[in-house]
Amino acid sequence: MQRPGTTEQQHDTVDMMLNMGPQHPATHGVFRMVLTLDGERVVEVVPHIGYLHRGSEKLCETESYAQVVTLFDRLDYVANLNNELAFCRAAERLMDVDVPERAQYIRVALCELNRLASHLLFLGTYAIDLGAMTPIMYGFRERERIQNLFESVTGARMMHNFIRIGGVKEDVPADFVPRTRAVLEDVRKGVDEIDRLLTFNEVFLARTKGVGVIDAATAISCGLTGPSLRGSGVAYDVRKDDPYEIYRYLGFEVPVGAAGDCWDRYYVRLLECYQSIDLVVQCLDQMEPGPTMTQRRRIARPPKGEVYVHCENPRGDMGVFLVSDGTDKPYRVKVRPPSFCNLVALRPMMRGEYIADAVAILGSIDIVLGEVDR
Amino acid sequence: MRRRAGQAVVLGIVVAGLLGILGALVVTAQALGTPEVVTLEVFLLLAALLVVLFTLLTVVVLTLVWLERKQLGRMQSRVGPTRVGPFGLLQPVADALKLVFKEDVAPGTSSKLLFFAAPILVFVPGFVVWLTIPFARDVVVRDLDMGLFFFIAMSVVGIVGLLLAGWSSGSKYAVLGGIRAAAQLISYEIPIIMIVLTVAMMADSMSFVAVVEAQRTVPYIAVQPLGFIVFFLAGLAEVGRTPFDIYPAESEVVGGPFVEYSGAHWAIFFLAEYVNTFAIGAVGALLFLGGWSWPFGDLPTAAAVALFLGKSYLIVTAIFWVRATYPRLRIDQLMSLGWKLLIPLSFAVVVTTAVQLFYDWPLWTLPVMSLALLAVPVVMQLRMGRRRALADARRFAERAVVVEAQPRPQRAQESGA
Repeated sequence: MQRPGTTEQQHDTVDMMLNMGPQHPATHGVFRMVLTLDGERVVEVVPHIGYLHRGSEKLCETESYAQVVTLFDRLDYVANLNNELAFCRAAERLMDVDVPERAQYIRVALCELNRLASHLLFLGTYAIDLGAMTPIMYGFRERERIQNLFESVTGARMMHNFIRIGGVKEDVPADFVPRTRAVLEDVRKGVDEIDRLLTFNEVFLARTKGVGVIDAATAISCGLTGPSLRGSGVAYDVRKDDPYEIYRYLGFEVPVGAAGDCWDRYYVRLLECYQSIDLVVQCLDQMEPGPTMTQRRRIARPPKGEVYVHCENPRGDMGVFLVSDGTDKPYRVKVRPPSFCNLVALRPMMRGEYIADAVAILGSIDIVLGEVDR
Repeated sequence: MRRRAGQAVVLGIVVAGLLGILGALVVTAQALGTPEVVTLEVFLLLAALLVVLFTLLTVVVLTLVWLERKQLGRMQSRVGPTRVGPFGLLQPVADALKLVFKEDVAPGTSSKLLFFAAPILVFVPGFVVWLTIPFARDVVVRDLDMGLFFFIAMSVVGIVGLLLAGWSSGSKYAVLGGIRAAAQLISYEIPIIMIVLTVAMMADSMSFVAVVEAQRTVPYIAVQPLGFIVFFLAGLAEVGRTPFDIYPAESEVVGGPFVEYSGAHWAIFFLAEYVNTFAIGAVGALLFLGGWSWPFGDLPTAAAVALFLGKSYLIVTAIFWVRATYPRLRIDQLMSLGWKLLIPLSFAVVVTTAVQLFYDWPLWTLPVMSLALLAVPVVMQLRMGRRRALADARRFAERAVVVEAQPRPQRAQESGA
């Protein structure tokens, strides 16, 4: 019997549609992939987003500039300080405010610590995606030390609202420098431990080497940024190519992959952990006493105009486009979230791979849904 | 058309599974009583023994769950359960009670009868195996002549239950998991059968007791190390443990065949999984570690049982250790590992053992041949991939773009102040 839509030559099989997410343990939140499967092979993938849409950009238009910072905390909720910095820099550029040097050092030190915390979370969750359950314990243990540090500085563990337009909320506590040095020593050991346990593990290599390969040209045309792009061999880093704050006074390396597979993206992040540790140490060494907030009084109402500012977030190039109509509230805020743009590369990476690889690939882009959906 | 074919397949599977269980029960009854007449007394004895065995196994499972959580906790710089009972010992009991009292939900798309029959199909074979596993020379329900064969036959029946659970759940994740389970378990039966055959050849018997007696002086792990490694790996795959937890893979198919189960029926799967894990430990101890015997003469029964349990728990601890260390393989890698490495190796083990037995070579030739065979895959496959990755990692350091720090200008206002 011939079924409609088939010819006699074809096998009487249908591809299976599998709905992965929004409630799936490996989609890192409320991401949804509709996979078309041929057995265990992924034929087609259609990502669906928007389950965590909170209208953050629209909400920004109803808040004064100082209040918008709290909304940016909630975009990429594992790298809060980096988001705050992106918005504050945009507002400062618009208002033409100079930030005192000490405030800039504090900002960079905290942002690098937050990058470290974010990458530690990635190392753990990526191992979980691949079925290894131990690294996440190490990752969370070390991240906890950094969160405690944040708590002592900002009073909060996640929603800091610490970086303000024109500087930072207040100076760091007196014991910040020695405490941070001690924490960094511990964290370095923790990253070493994850490295030893996971990086050259035969099974881990089998699961990540040559999986989800994306070449540099495709990666660029997809708009991939951050560690995911650097894994493909493109040495693009906003800290290097468009240095902001006091990054020009700091020396660091930008680790770059070659194959553009999951392992390279993983290893770039692992190496970035060490770079972040070094960056924080340099900040602590160079930091000098001084004011932490601009002396200018009127920083509530920027002049009419628009500005685009971008920063290197743990997930990539975070851009903020800010339009002012001269009132105390922004006229329009548009965010270029790195996670959202990186998701574009999902299809070219995932097609033709196995289901298990789909999980590995999604994990290796390291998305945060708060930022994707906004 | 397709629907009817599907129903026929399911019906076939059910009939096969039920026949398997029936066969198991007949074998058990025959093993217990006289083969000719099965009287009421025999059946009552059987029932009593089953209850005792079931209770014992449940206790073993509870200790295993506790042990796994504690051990994983220690390995992951945590403490594991501490709240319920001394050292958290009663935590598994609390968990089990919770599961039993939970609502037992079946999805609307499932076929209810098969859905609720599947856990039993998985559990019964895993449980029946224990009828022939001896804890000490006389501490055994029945020492069958073909005990090794019985163990293999029963462990295959469980596959039917897993496939059925996946099929009847009416969920795509469950179907994927069920098919994965069938493919994986059937593939890894073969190396297990080959290794068990090797042991039977060396001991010249298929009775567990005879196998242990044959290891009085030298345990087979020293004679046939490769055999033990293949058995251990295939055993890991057989009970779906890391790195071969492909069919229940939490981050891919969200529990596989078990995804739709809840409450008591899920608890039965859970029980079966741990019973099977312990069975691998126990059979490994019997076949390769010398069971309850040690080279310094006979032990009193209690000490012998303790020794056997200790050896079993040792293997189980190794299984948990692997779980704390390794990620999960992919389904195709699992298959190629099974068919391209473990099965050829297990055949090689059988052949070398046969040659040694046939030509009556001295015993020390076996471990030499075994280790030589072992060196082949380790050197060839695993280390080479790792070495390539290490070279890659070194190239990362060469490629890294160095950003030099610029000198910091002196601050004017500060020098003035």
